[in-house]
Amino acid sequence: MDADRVSRALTRIAHEILERNRGIDELALIGIRTRGVPLAKRLAQTIREVSHHDVPTGALDITLYRDDLMRAAVAAQPVVRKTEIPFSIDDKRILLVDDVLYTGRTIRAALDALIEFGRPKSIQLVVLVDRGHRELPIKADYVGKNVPTALTQSIQVHLLEIDGRDEVEIQES
Amino acid sequence: MKKDLLGIGDLTPDEIYAILDTAEAMREIGQRTIKKVPTLRGKTVVNLFYEPSTRTRTSFEIAEKRLSADTLNIAVAQSSVLKGETLADTALNIEAMQPDFIVLRHASSGAGHLLSRICKSRIINAGDGTHEHPTQALLDAFTIREHKKRIEGLKVVIVGDLLHSRVLRSNVLLLTSLGAEVWACGPPTLVPIGLDRLGVRASTSIDEAVADADVIMMLRIQQERMHGAFVPSLREYFTTFGMTVERVARAKPDVIIMHPGPMNRGVEIASEVADGPYSVILEQVANGVAVRMAVLYMLAGETETEN
Repeated sequence: MDADRVSRALTRIAHEILERNRGIDELALIGIRTRGVPLAKRLAQTIREVSHHDVPTGALDITLYRDDLMRAAVAAQPVVRKTEIPFSIDDKRILLVDDVLYTGRTIRAALDALIEFGRPKSIQLVVLVDRGHRELPIKADYVGKNVPTALTQSIQVHLLEIDGRDEVEIQES
Repeated sequence: MKKDLLGIGDLTPDEIYAILDTAEAMREIGQRTIKKVPTLRGKTVVNLFYEPSTRTRTSFEIAEKRLSADTLNIAVAQSSVLKGETLADTALNIEAMQPDFIVLRHASSGAGHLLSRICKSRIINAGDGTHEHPTQALLDAFTIREHKKRIEGLKVVIVGDLLHSRVLRSNVLLLTSLGAEVWACGPPTLVPIGLDRLGVRASTSIDEAVADADVIMMLRIQQERMHGAFVPSLREYFTTFGMTVERVARAKPDVIIMHPGPMNRGVEIASEVADGPYSVILEQVANGVAVRMAVLYMLAGETETEN
């Protein structure tokens, strides 16, 4: 996916979000660190342009909820970053945003983390790329692009805000 | 990082910054309605305290609980130590029950190193004699960085009982390794020999030491460790070395005043200073929980084979 296709996919998702939720009432976007955060901000921007309303946006770090901590021997702990959700999620319709949906374990951790902040009315999942190979019963509500992959491949998402360019590429390992 | 945190010397500057950055994230957990994450679920932490402590023990225990570890506290007053058991035997008995961490406070310097040699558990030194108190220095650095946005190039003055202070040693090691200009000030009887070899400017004149300071860190006069005539009287100590409003005025206008506690008001610090607008003493306590959560988290990933 090049920059154009990333941008078109996000625009389409923003419209789908508005259509399916019949407006922006009670909507809130929460990006999963690292690359879900700029994606959530871009969706908020597009929704603002279309609906002329602001959607609250937050950032969630799921490191402390991972199920593989303390399992990998001789590896330094993953870096913990700040969770910033500057609004109450109670009774909100939360759109959880991440770059790649793969095993589903990140989303499981994110759901656990999120639910400790309150009781949202619903949680929907937005991903830029779904690469398959789920290990948990988790499904995205909005997908930028389905990319069938082999387990030996890896998906690299580059975003302007973090990597200086928008691009999604498949790498053989 | 190594398996244990016995002293600041175990940490590289990068590891120190990694702990401080992690502590920033940990602090946010303390501001939530549900102040708990599942990270150390199923891990057991034994807090083994051979010396009285309210602040440090409570701080560790809250940090452990916020990470969902199972904690238990052993205070020596109720333990078999009174029946004559040695530290090593106590540790091996605790170890037989398979804890993951032992947090140790002991009156003898090097007690943590002894445990580190004989125990598989990760050992965190919560103060050993007059040697080191690494988590205190880390929380001090965290507090300084929050106010000054940096540590490098700051003038940090540490005043008080330099001879008996493990807080001094840990802070000197940490602050000099991050590039701060560290001054130490106290009566000549309480200045340890060789302090200058640690890269510290030692002074017996408080007015000279606090001039243009960015940070003033007060140390407690440790009456329980004063077995000789180190100071003529507490009143005289206050007159010569006590931190008063007049002395604070010689430092930079945005100076912060720190104290690791417990404070002796009217001995090393005047009440007006301790409660003054530049005092960050209670912030230090608050930050201690986040910093200890960060240390527990970082050490939890390390395995014994790495040492």
